[in-house]
Order: sequence, then structure tokens, then C-alpha cells
Amino acid sequence: MPKIIKDLNVVEDSWQVWRDTENLPTTGGVIVPLSLWQAHKDALLALGGIAVFLASDQSPKLLGADINSFALIAVDFPKFADGRGFSYGRELREQHGFNGELRAIGDFMRDQLYFLKRCGFNSFALQSDELDEALASFNDFSDAYQPSIDQSLPIFRRR
Amino acid sequence: MYAYDHFDRQLVSQRVAQFRDQTQRYLAGKITDEQFLPLRLQNGLYIQRLAPMLRIAVPYGTLNAEQLRKLASITRKYDKGYAHISTRQNVQLNWPKLEEVPDILEELAEVEMHAVQTSGNCIRNVTADQFSGVAADEVEDARAYCEIIRQWSTFHPEFAFLPRKFKIAVCGSESDRAAVMVHDIGLQIVKDAAGNTAFKVIVGGGLGRTPVIGSVINEALEPKHLLTYLEAILRVYNQLGRRDNKFKARIKILVRAMGAEAFKADVEKEWAHIKDGALSLTDEEISRAQSFFQPPAYESLPQQDMQALALENADFARWLQHNTHAHKVAGYRIVTLALKTTGVAPGDVTAEQLEVIADLGERYGFGEIRSTHQQNIVLPDVRQQDLFALWKELVELEVAAPVVGTLNDIICCPGGDFCSLANAKSIPIAEAIQRRFEDLDYVYDLGEVELNISGCMNACGHHHIGNIGILGVDKKGQEFYQVSLGGSQGLDASIGKILGPSFAQDEVPNVIEKVLETFVSLRQPEERFLDTFRRVGMDPFKERAYA
Repeated sequence: MPKIIKDLNVVEDSWQVWRDTENLPTTGGVIVPLSLWQAHKDALLALGGIAVFLASDQSPKLLGADINSFALIAVDFPKFADGRGFSYGRELREQHGFNGELRAIGDFMRDQLYFLKRCGFNSFALQSDELDEALASFNDFSDAYQPSIDQSLPIFRRR
Repeated sequence: MYAYDHFDRQLVSQRVAQFRDQTQRYLAGKITDEQFLPLRLQNGLYIQRLAPMLRIAVPYGTLNAEQLRKLASITRKYDKGYAHISTRQNVQLNWPKLEEVPDILEELAEVEMHAVQTSGNCIRNVTADQFSGVAADEVEDARAYCEIIRQWSTFHPEFAFLPRKFKIAVCGSESDRAAVMVHDIGLQIVKDAAGNTAFKVIVGGGLGRTPVIGSVINEALEPKHLLTYLEAILRVYNQLGRRDNKFKARIKILVRAMGAEAFKADVEKEWAHIKDGALSLTDEEISRAQSFFQPPAYESLPQQDMQALALENADFARWLQHNTHAHKVAGYRIVTLALKTTGVAPGDVTAEQLEVIADLGERYGFGEIRSTHQQNIVLPDVRQQDLFALWKELVELEVAAPVVGTLNDIICCPGGDFCSLANAKSIPIAEAIQRRFEDLDYVYDLGEVELNISGCMNACGHHHIGNIGILGVDKKGQEFYQVSLGGSQGLDASIGKILGPSFAQDEVPNVIEKVLETFVSLRQPEERFLDTFRRVGMDPFKERAYA
């Protein structure tokens, strides 16, 4: 089983990312594109164990009322330099109250883990053979100036 | 001046450790060139034409003597014994070694300096009026707010991978010395009818390939909302800014495409979620930030008559007129050290000069030194009675060229001599123009003329807002120069218009001379170049330049 980082541990994980936007998967346990979900909700729900991922140009607002029906929502990073997903993470947590697993998938890199975590992500399908080493990057900084998901008060309210 | 507490110090030293680790992993082949690019850029490190270039942050252009001495020592130990003041008030080293950059950053951290976010697609070092806190025409000191913005933007988790770079400038004076109309966000401090402080928020200005004057989206933002409002703007931009074409990725393109009103509506919608949340500034925090920028212990001195002072010596008189400015405290004057010696790249300063300037800052002031976006250095608090003695020392140091605000106070990017982005050299153009106009009486008769040179479209030399702008272009492998006229910074900012087809390098001084002759022939008494141009338009200049 492939390994991911979840809640600061390296764990085995069975979710499959299904990138096909036309054909449906045949089993559950898959993370499907938003557009597939929107077009085939009932068929996908019948499979059980369905999660959804947002492409980098798909705002969480597009999930509408479905947001809190998912146990897992993923955000895809097509290129690590595409930082839209950082805003999506915060929006899911702060504006939509999403409490499930929030996963980064795609081309993000180890050196973004600290910021991703601050933006509400708690699982990371990091493309790397050195996941244990990568855990160190969560500790790049011990505190932060700004409020975010992991620290609700800015430093100026705690100084 | 802001002083780090335990918390600031810890963050900066953790940043050094982080970058040291990243550099080691890069050198060990564990990080690709592509991945390392944003990591090094956000620590100020470019890979340039001849060597890496390290851009060190000077938050809102404020330095102390100890920092200047450290910079001098770093340039000797790791570089070639000189530094360069950039057009965003930062300090650049042109010859550091990649593997030594973590050591340089560690030394900088010892004096509360860093290179955080001086490059890359993130919120850059915030800039301000170099006369903040001392200018006679000041509405309110911008520096406390700049420091508040600096802290909020430093390692902001959401905005480290924006569509493109993002620059914020704050001006607290009636006359704009921070170019707020041509920044991604410009903040102009204003007072409402009741005397309360507020910010006029200007968004979507910028230079570069597509120069745009910004749009006001909030006439009077209360200080407590400063950070939440900025965060809302950035959040809209991060999601909607174009990422398919780097030349269309700046916020100015987004604001123009949406229209300022629609952009503002999106910002306000986003703002509604966070407006009175934890990021709202408290009175305590504003007071805490302001406590670092309280006036130093000024003496109670009589205001001396400048004309009487000028009688001392004719050369001194010229310097006094051009290189010093009115101070808000009686008996004091703001002094600008011109890093514009002919034959030296504009903005370059040697290690020896840095050390002497540090001493001068302590002897003729309170140890504070400013860098300016015109690539000069400022001693903000000089007693009028010391001006003559200081001037003599500055002459000795070769930083007393009496040219501030004149044609010869050229703003100039490093250009093709150093920068790998440049299409053409810019430093030799500046030198050729300074040599052509060595007759200072002629230069003074011209009055206020801003001449800005950029070596490429990226416009680091701010050519669009020079009264005379010069842009290096590549024409079939040859370096050519496009001249534009009528640009200006300030609150009535305008983007220069192109004179016509570009010129070869050796033609440039002649063309500038023809432009100036045209100005002199059409000028009404005491009229500024900019005003003459605005009155008569481009045609007479064009006719003469291409005759």
C-alpha cells in the first residue's frame, strides 16, 4: 500500500486518486474529480467511500452544500508554484467549517509542508521516497506572526 | 527603529537554518533546480549573469549604524567590498557564492537583518517614504504600519506562491515619495475630518511591461482593519490572478480585467468573513509598533536661516540647496548622500563608505540611516549647525555630489553588466549622460528632472515614471534604447509616453540633450520639465529628436 503523511505520521493509505473525468470508477475508496462528482453523484454514492478533489481552478464554493458530507476532500497542485490551493484549504476550514481529512495531492513539495499544514491540510500524498525525512519540514518554524488554522491568534495578541 | 524581541529573533534564525538545510539538499541533488528556484528567491538569491546576486531586505529603508558596519564587513568577507542600493530600498551583493549564502544570512541575523521575501512570487519587502518620521510635510509616520505589515507578510502561509511578485508601499506625507500609485498596493495615510488616521487604499498600479496607475478601492480604511483588508485583497488575487502567462500575472492585469469596482466587491465579500476577526489590529498593537518610532531626543534649537548658512561657501550652498530637505523639528535638516558619482554605478557604495556613513550617522544624528528608492542614503537628523562640517566630510567621502532631484540624480538598474534578465546595459548610459551634463549650472537651470534607466521591460529602474525614461531593448541582438517622456511618480503619477523609434547607445546623450534643449526653448519661467511636457505635448520633442 502506498504511504502518505497524515497527522504528522507516515502511514499506509488506500485511497486512490481517480483522474478520469468521463468514466466512473468501479469500486469505492477513490478520490474523484469535482466535475465527475457533480455529474454522477448518485452512482458514485452507491459505490461507497467516495471523496472528491478540487483542481487548482476550482474554488471550494463549487462544492456547495456537499462539503460536509465528505470524510476527505483533496486539493490538487498541478505545479508546486500554483498556490491557489493554500487559499482553498483555509476557506474549507474557516468559511465552510470542514472538519474532515484535507489532503494535498499532486506536485507540491516537501518545503511547502509547513505552510500547507498552517492552511488546514492534515494529509499529504507527497511524491517522495523520503517521507520520514520530510517530516522534519513541519518543524521549520516554531511559531508564526499570522493567525491561521493551527494557531488562531496572531502573535500581536500573544506577545 | 524597530527592535526584535525573542520571537522575531527566533523566526529569523529558524529561517537561516531552514535555508541552510535547503541549500545542502540542493547541493546534494535532492532538490531540483526548478524546486530550488522559489526557495532561493524567497531568500533573496538570484542566479545572475556572472555570479549569484543576493538581495538583502531593508524594511522600509531603515538601517542603523551597526547594520551598516555588518554590511560592510559582509561585502569584504563574502563579496568584492561594495554593495548596491536598489530601487526598492534594499541592499544587493553582486558576487556572493551560493554555498556561502547561508553563512551570510546567519551573520545578517546577528544584526536583525535578513533576505526574506526580497524576491519570488510573494509579498515583497514593504517600502516607505525615506523621510518618514522627519519630513516637514508628514501627515503621520508610516513606519509603524510598515512594521505591522512586514510582520503579517513574513512567512504568510497562504501567500508564498502567488501568481506573481507583490509589492506594497506606504506613504505618510502629502508629497508622495514612495510611488504609491504604481505599486500592487499603495497605502496613503490620510486624516478624516475629525483628525483620525485612515488609509487610502490604491490597488493594481505597477510598472514593468504594462505600466498602470493604480485604482483607489477604499478612500479611508480604519487602521484596525489594515491587515484584514490586505489579507482579503491578497486572497482574491491569489485565487483569480492569471497563472497562464507570467506577463499577465500581476494584480494590475486582474484589476483591469475585472474593473476596479468588481474587484473591490470581491475584496469586500472576502473581507466580510475576517473583518472583525483575530487579525484585526488592536490599539495596543498599534501603540506597541509606534513606540519603536518615537522621536529621538532632539535638542531645542533655533531654526537658522538657510540663506545665511549658504554664505559659507558656494559649493556648500549648492549642496545645501539640493541635498538637504526640511525637517519637522526646528534646527534640524534631512541630508541626502548622493550615490551618484560619475563613473560609479548609481547606488553603489563601498565597504569603506558604509563604515564612514555609519560613523557619520552616529556623530551627526541618532545612529539611524535610511536608504531611498532613488538609490541614495539619508541621514535623517542633522543639526543645522553641523551641516557645514558634515558637508566637508561628505565631500571627502565622495558622496556630496550636489545633484539630488536633478537630471544627474539618475535612477538606474544594474542592467546588462550584471543582470541576466537585461536586454541592454544601463550603467554606461547613466555615466555617458552624467558626463555630457557635467556643467552643474546648466543642470540646475533645468530644475527638477527625473531621469530613470531600466535595462529591460521588468523596469527595475522605474523608467516609466521618470520625467525622462530610458529603456534598454534588444533589436536583432543589438542593444538599443527607447526614450519616453512625461512619466512621473507622486500622487499625480503618470506613465511616460514613447518618443519614437529607439536609439543606438552612442546616440543617447545627444537625444537627451535635444530633448532638454526643446524643453528650455519652450519653457515658461520656472516651469518644471514635467509641466512643460504636459502643456506642450510630445510633438515638439519628437520633431527635434528625429530632425
